[in-house]
Amino acid sequence: MLEIKNLHATVDGQEILKGIDLSIAPGEVHAIMGPNGSGKSTLSYVLTGREGYEVTEGTVLYKGRDLLEMEPEERAAEGVFLAFQYPIEIPGVANTTFLKEALNAVRKHHGEPELDAMEFMKLLRAKTKELGISGDMLKRAVNVGFSGGEKKRNEVLQMAVLNPTLAVLDETDSGLDIDALKTVADGVNALRSPDRAMLVITHYQRLLNYIVPDRVHVLAKGRILRSGGKELALELEEKGYAEFTQAA
Amino acid sequence: MTPETSGTQAFAAQYQARRDALPGGGLDWLTDLREMAIARFAEQGLPTPRAEAWKYTNLRALEKLSFEPSTAAPTVGIDSLPSLLAAGSGHPRLVFVNGFLRPELSRCDGLPDGVQLEGLGALLDRQPALAEALLTGMAGSDDLPLMALNAAMMADGALLRVGRGVSVEQPIELVFFGAAGEAPLAYHPRLLVAMEENSQAALVEIHSSLGDGVTLANLATTIRLDQGAQLDHVKLQDENESAFHLASLQARLGRDALYHGFGLALGAALSRNEAAIALDGSGGHCRLVGGYLMHGSQHCDNTTVIEHKAPNTSCREVFKGALDGKSRGVFQGKIVVHKDAQQTDGHQLSRALLLSEGAEIDAKPELEIYADDVKCSHGATAGEIDHDALFYLRSRGVPEARARALLIEAFLAETVEQGVPEALREPLLRRISDWLGVARSGAQD
Repeated sequence: MLEIKNLHATVDGQEILKGIDLSIAPGEVHAIMGPNGSGKSTLSYVLTGREGYEVTEGTVLYKGRDLLEMEPEERAAEGVFLAFQYPIEIPGVANTTFLKEALNAVRKHHGEPELDAMEFMKLLRAKTKELGISGDMLKRAVNVGFSGGEKKRNEVLQMAVLNPTLAVLDETDSGLDIDALKTVADGVNALRSPDRAMLVITHYQRLLNYIVPDRVHVLAKGRILRSGGKELALELEEKGYAEFTQAA
Repeated sequence: MTPETSGTQAFAAQYQARRDALPGGGLDWLTDLREMAIARFAEQGLPTPRAEAWKYTNLRALEKLSFEPSTAAPTVGIDSLPSLLAAGSGHPRLVFVNGFLRPELSRCDGLPDGVQLEGLGALLDRQPALAEALLTGMAGSDDLPLMALNAAMMADGALLRVGRGVSVEQPIELVFFGAAGEAPLAYHPRLLVAMEENSQAALVEIHSSLGDGVTLANLATTIRLDQGAQLDHVKLQDENESAFHLASLQARLGRDALYHGFGLALGAALSRNEAAIALDGSGGHCRLVGGYLMHGSQHCDNTTVIEHKAPNTSCREVFKGALDGKSRGVFQGKIVVHKDAQQTDGHQLSRALLLSEGAEIDAKPELEIYADDVKCSHGATAGEIDHDALFYLRSRGVPEARARALLIEAFLAETVEQGVPEALREPLLRRISDWLGVARSGAQD
């Protein structure tokens, strides 16, 4: 589903990603772990096409297509979803409006009829119930005045509504207490399926107790330095990232 | 020093030519008022950027066009009347074409006792004594040259008088159409609003065009709010993009009176809304909210002067706009706190979204404070659309153009929510989304 080859990327002229190779098959959940500043978030933004993240070398194929050629909205419509580490506030746009705009844009892209307000509310109510999201959170402006936990749950709600094929979760656990973490993880696990792949980016192993990965990769200094099974996460938790942050 | 320009001469000449044909020609007091006003206009001249209050708005374009004065309402057919109120609501309304009332399109029935709503021309015929009392008492400032020009040239307009303690439930709508043919046409409508003690009303103005002709609407509004009176005043300016819309408003607020002014400007080549508000009595409150959406080479100027003359008065001002193409926005907001106006609470904010490299906003907030126990603030921001929010929307599949429109809409919708009574909001929000080419989400529920 996702084939990353020798990916190099710069931010403000500084090389952050220095040759990433990563391949994810449908149904798999991969975790990327690493110290701060290793390039984890940069990878997520490169995959979703954020301004200011420039690819200087390498290729990314998504479902066999050149992902880097696509505009951010096309990537999203084709099923790439990023759960933001720091979800953006949009004053004046109600959360419901935002979700409906997004879903209908994606449906339109696929030539499906747009949902009217009634149909959409029905779908939304079902999803919010599963995730324990209050009606109040839907009426408020997108992420404005949301607590850290609410913002993260809102990301998972968006994911549930948009039904992506490839979900990238960037530090979805940060700022969550254990109950919120469980709710969010349940929401993510509910989306695990044989046709869907996930890339879970995290600094801590804790989240991986709840979202159990098939593969774990250590990203440090812009490269994947080690890959392994889920037990690698436990090892990292114990030893820390010291061995990967020493001067190469 | 004489500020005389060809524009000044042209308008003064129009007055001379029209003088004897203007309504109320047989009324000495009115002739005197007009003569004094035209003298005052000639003395000050058509404003130029040399005047501080006109620093950012240049009327030179007016001088290149030879405007003819409008002399009567043309009998053009009008297919549909724009309205902020539900069709069939039967609300009172006056319809003007080229500054003259079209009585057959207007309706004043169903108003409560104690409310007078009628055309100014009719009032001069019917009740000259009342017209005299109102017009001489509320002639408007001598310091506003365009208001002086209006006083000289006014041929029709509207009077709204709400008697003591009367609440008018339904909003009153005034619809102004400009309809010029080949030749540019000027008209000078006058609105008089007299709200007596503890009265309450909502007034809606819609300014629109029939066809593409060039018009100059030099509108003057004088408002008097007696003790405890409340007025919601909502204006939509949606004229064609060759039009000139120059509006001067003067309001005096008595004790505990409330004035809520709102304006949404979408049209005209050049528009200016100038408001001079005096808070004369303690406890008076004035809220001015404005929104504008401009593109091409449109120019929109909001200039306000709020004078706190009594203690415990307050004002809130929020002006927000989005400027695309080479359009230009101007905000000049002055708050003056006089020596006796202790405990004044005044806040002012101007925010502009610049959607293109060529767009420009000139914001000049000014506080002039002579009292020592006051709370006043002002702020002005100008910036591009929020790139993070744009990316967030796009990362969820919303195409860029649509995402931009949604963000601009949200930015402006806030003015409607802050400045307009709930019942009148939806049509204004719809106008904003239409302008942006966005189908309003949720409109079908």
